[in-house]
Amino acid sequence: MLVLECPCCGITAEETEFHAGGEAHLKRFGPESSNEDFENYMFMRQNPKGVHLERWRHNNGCGKWFHAARCTMTLEVFGTYSAQTYEPPKEICDIISAKRPGWLRGAFS
Amino acid sequence: MKRYSAFAIAREAIRYHSGWERAWRAPEPKAKYDAIIIGAGGHGLATAYYLGKNFGITNVAIVEKGWLGGGNTGRNTTIIRSNYLQDPSAAIYEKSRSLYETMSQDLNYNVMFSPRGVIMLAQTQHEVRGYQRTAHANALQGVPTEWINPQRVKELCPIINLEGPRYPVLGGLWQARGGTARHDAVAWGYARACSDMGMDVIQQCEVTNIRREGGKVVGVDTTKGAIDCDKLGIVVAGHSGDLANMAGFRLPLESVALQALVSEPIKPAMDVVIMANTVHGYLSQSDKGEMVIGGGTDGYNNYTQRGSFHHVEETVRALNETFPMLSRLKMLRQWGGIVDVTGDRSPILSKTPVDGVFINCGWGTGGFKAIPGSGWAMAELMAKGSSPLTDAFGMERFIEGRFIDESVAAGVAH
Repeated sequence: MLVLECPCCGITAEETEFHAGGEAHLKRFGPESSNEDFENYMFMRQNPKGVHLERWRHNNGCGKWFHAARCTMTLEVFGTYSAQTYEPPKEICDIISAKRPGWLRGAFS
Repeated sequence: MKRYSAFAIAREAIRYHSGWERAWRAPEPKAKYDAIIIGAGGHGLATAYYLGKNFGITNVAIVEKGWLGGGNTGRNTTIIRSNYLQDPSAAIYEKSRSLYETMSQDLNYNVMFSPRGVIMLAQTQHEVRGYQRTAHANALQGVPTEWINPQRVKELCPIINLEGPRYPVLGGLWQARGGTARHDAVAWGYARACSDMGMDVIQQCEVTNIRREGGKVVGVDTTKGAIDCDKLGIVVAGHSGDLANMAGFRLPLESVALQALVSEPIKPAMDVVIMANTVHGYLSQSDKGEMVIGGGTDGYNNYTQRGSFHHVEETVRALNETFPMLSRLKMLRQWGGIVDVTGDRSPILSKTPVDGVFINCGWGTGGFKAIPGSGWAMAELMAKGSSPLTDAFGMERFIEGRFIDESVAAGVAH
């Protein structure tokens, strides 16, 4: 059972209070984009063994979306942060780098 | 290889069972093979078996990070059926189901295939329409299935409660030749047959790198040293993305945990397989008497082979209404496996951007039923470069928009 802290309302709760929403920081591509960009946006999700940045919604709480950094190999949650950003904040990156030396964001698999 | 038979049992009985051989060899890897298959689960072993049997390619190694059949092959709920909606799916799943019928004879290994019949319950009006449509599609595809009314469901499965207030049973899609098989025996039977053909099944040998020269595969680096090969088949389910990464391409997959559980053994109570997709529960009774229950997937990416407890709780809670007798049972074991899910819930059997590398993945939550058909088709793809069974399942379908949408027929909620 994951325990997450909603950065919007500050409540810490078990995962049954939240809903997972898939990869975070997706860049959207529309009709003018290349086939490859559109395919990547539609289907090619990051599927790393390790650090994953992902969207969550506080379904049974404030109802707002936020982002979480989590390890898919250990289920450790490194931290949560506001969804109003294109990049993970530096303090989250620092926590991840301290625990997973050499971590690179976007190294797909 | 000595054949297993009633005569062999009698012979061994009078000499204190001293003559049984090891079922398969445990060789060290050679320097080079014609083909290497990564992953000694059901799909990988079946691929190797049909490479040898159908195409005479026997200089093959099957390398496995853990132990034989220790991944999803040993973790599923062993349901076999072929009542899918789309034509390409029906073709490969029905091929697979028909191969299960004669698998014990073909492999000289008892896989305990039990065509006891599968009912997919319709518990909402939406499902009624969906399964009636599937029944019509199956009729056109030549897959024998039938839409049955609630009374017939009750006859086939007397322990069911038709009148649930939340989930009434409105009918079902019945496939009489679906059923179950012993999942471990499928892997063991293929491994024994592969070993007998001279193939090397190499366990505890993790692939750490895929070596390429000029866009073509030349070999793999493993924890037991470098091995060269002309062709490489990646058949590793949940970890496909990681292996594709080593070969330098991406896959449209996400890996999530899927859970199952079994109850304490009880006397025979149910001799069909029930799939209740509205409540994400699948139920059959094993020959030992345990009720085998499959649940839904977790919503988030996961490689840990364990899932969240509340999914088990939700599954059992919902099944209790439809099967009230389950409420008295103790659950013995619960486990998870990592399944690789594609956007359209259909598998990928494909060539890849790397010459000589073929991939078989994306079976998601329903791979066990497909093992022999998948191996048959993948072997043809690797030997000849194409197969009528795999043409529609290429990874280019995502860029071309030719999806094989099975999000309903795949059953498990994602």
